[in-house]
Amino acid sequence: MAGNKGRGRAAYTFNIEAVGFSKGEKLPDVVLKPPPLFPDTDYKPVPLKTGEGEEYMLALKQELRETMKRMPYFIETPEERQDIERYSKRYMKVYKEEWIPDWRRLPREMMPRNKCKKAGPKPKKAKDAGKGTSLTNTADVLKKIEELEKRDDGEKSDEENEDKEGSKEKSKEGDDDDDDDAAEQEEYDEEEQEEENDYINSYFEDGDDFGADSDDNMDEATY
Amino acid sequence: MTQAEIKLCSLLLQEHFGEIVEKIGVHLIRTGSQPLRVIAHDTGTSLDQVKKALCVLIQHNLVSYQVHKRGVVEYEAQCSRVLRMLRYPRYIYTTKTLYSDTGELIVEELLLNGKLTMSAVVKKVADRLTETMEDGKTMDYAEVSNTFVRLADTHFVQRCPSVPTTENSDPGPPPPAPTLVINEKDMYLVPKLSLIGKGKRRRSSDEDAAGEPKAKRPKHTTDNKEPIPDDGIYWQANLDRFHQHFRDQAIVSAVANRMDQTSSEIVRTMLRMSEITTSSSAPFTQPLSSNEIFRSLPVGYNISKQVLDQYLTLLADDPLEFVGKSGDSGGGMYVINLHKALASLATATLESVVQERFGSRCARIFRLVLQKKHLEQKQVEDFAMIPAKEAKDMLYKMLSENFMSLQVGCQ
Repeated sequence: MAGNKGRGRAAYTFNIEAVGFSKGEKLPDVVLKPPPLFPDTDYKPVPLKTGEGEEYMLALKQELRETMKRMPYFIETPEERQDIERYSKRYMKVYKEEWIPDWRRLPREMMPRNKCKKAGPKPKKAKDAGKGTSLTNTADVLKKIEELEKRDDGEKSDEENEDKEGSKEKSKEGDDDDDDDAAEQEEYDEEEQEEENDYINSYFEDGDDFGADSDDNMDEATY
Repeated sequence: MTQAEIKLCSLLLQEHFGEIVEKIGVHLIRTGSQPLRVIAHDTGTSLDQVKKALCVLIQHNLVSYQVHKRGVVEYEAQCSRVLRMLRYPRYIYTTKTLYSDTGELIVEELLLNGKLTMSAVVKKVADRLTETMEDGKTMDYAEVSNTFVRLADTHFVQRCPSVPTTENSDPGPPPPAPTLVINEKDMYLVPKLSLIGKGKRRRSSDEDAAGEPKAKRPKHTTDNKEPIPDDGIYWQANLDRFHQHFRDQAIVSAVANRMDQTSSEIVRTMLRMSEITTSSSAPFTQPLSSNEIFRSLPVGYNISKQVLDQYLTLLADDPLEFVGKSGDSGGGMYVINLHKALASLATATLESVVQERFGSRCARIFRLVLQKKHLEQKQVEDFAMIPAKEAKDMLYKMLSENFMSLQVGCQ
C-alpha cells in the first residue's frame, strides 16, 4: 500500500537508506556495458619470497623433473606405428634401467601374464584358464588359441616341466631364484620388444642359432 | 577432493610418471576404491598397462590395496599423498640443512624411488657422492650408513610395513594379496648390516652401450654374488616427521619475530626435547621442567638459571599463549600449546592475505568479524569506525570473493 503513494511517480519498494543512499541523492549512472575484463587493482601482490633456500629448492625441482623422466617408473606412452620405420629411431632411444617390483609385496594379480610369443619358461596359460583372471582382449584370446594349437603337437612333456617351475615361482617363499628373476625380466623385455618392431616373433626363423640356447623352447614346430 | 585438487594431482602424476599412470591415478582418485578389471574397463586401458601403472603407484605409496570378501582386491588412491609431491624439494632441502649432502641424497633417493632397502640406498648414495668428489677419492659405505642410522633415529625415515613371515605349515592357498604389517617398535629399527665398500665411479665402459645383457641386469650382477642381507626390509621417507619439523620451525620463527632470539632458542630447545615423546597431533607437548630445559640448552648459550626462568615466565604470560605453565615442580613445568600456536599463525596468515588484497581498512573489518564471530551491518560500522557506505562496499567486496559469508538470523 505504501508503494502506491506517488501514483505514476517512481518509488522504491524498499527502504533506500538500507543500501546506503540518503534520500534525494543522485544515484550512480546506469552501467551500459559489462565490467572490464582486467580491472585495475588497487593493491598489487607482494613479491615472491626469494633467498638462498628458495633458489636451491627451485633448482632441485627442475632437476627432479628431469630425473623422474629417466627413471624406470616413468611409463612412456607407446607411439603410433609409423608407416616407415626410421632406421635412426632405434639408435636414438634413451635406454632405461629395468625395474622389477618385489612381487611378494603385491597382490598376485599384479604379475604380468606372459603371452609367450618367444620361449618363456612359465606356462601361465595352464593356470590362467583356471584362475580366470587372464586377458579379456578377444584378439589375444584368439592368438593364444592359435599358439596352443601349434604347441599341442609335440610339447606336452615340456609343459609338465614348466608347470612345476611355475608352481615353484608362485609359492613366494624367501628370495626369488635367479631363474625367476631372469624370466621375469624377459617378460618385461618381451612386452617392450613387442611394441618395437613390426615383425611377429613367431615367424622369425634365424636358422640354427635361434632357440638353441634355452631348453624350454616352446617355439613353433619348424616346417 | 575438489576439481582443482584433482587437476593438480593429474598434472603432478603426468609430470612424474607419464600419461598412463596419470590416467589410472586420476581415475582412482575420482571414483574411489576399485578392483583391477573395473579400472581397466572404465579407463579403456589394457590390463597389462593398468598393472604396470598400479605397480608404480603402489611402489611410491600413492595407491594402497585391500582384500575384500570373495578374494577381490581393491585399489585406492591417496589424493593427499599425491599432493605432497609438491613438497619434495622442501623435504630434500630440509634434510640438507640438518644432515648435509649425504642426508640430502638419502632422502632424495627414497623420494624418487618410493621405497628402497637400506643396502640399496647406501650403495646408490655412495656412488652419487663419489661422482662429485675429486678423482681418486671415493665415498665409504660406512659414512653413508651412519647418516642413515641418524635419520632413522630421529624418525625422518621409517620402515615400510612388511610381509609377515608365515610358517610353511600354512595349509590353504596363498591369499590373493599379502597383508603388510609393521610393529610400532620396529618402525625405526635399523637392521644390523655390515656394509663394506666404497662408492663406484661410473665409467663409460660400464654403461649400457657396451652390452645390453649387462645393463639389463644392473641389480643382479651383485645379487648373483651375494644375497641381499636386508632383503624385504624397505624404508620410506617419513613425511609426517618433516611436517612436524616445519611446524616447529614456524613456531620458533614466530617467537623470534615477536620477542627475541633468546626466547626463540628456548622454545626451540623445548620443541627438540619433545620431538620423540609427543605425538604429532597432540594439542600440547609433554610438560618440561625448567631444570630440564636449562640442562638441554645448546652448548653455546650461557644464560643463567634466573634469566631462563624470567624468559619462561614472559613467554607464559604472553597473550598469544604459545607457552603455558602447567605446574610448579622442578622450577616450573612448561608446555608448548601447539594447537593454539598453530591457530594463531593461521589467523595471522589470513589477516595478512586480506590486508594485501583489500587494504588495511578491510583487514580491520575482517579482524573484527573474526573476533566477534557474528556481526550485523550496523555493528560493523560502529566497531570499525568506518563510514557506512564504505563499510558496505568493503563488506560486499569480501563477500563476493568468499572471504565473508552471510547468515540470515531472525530479527
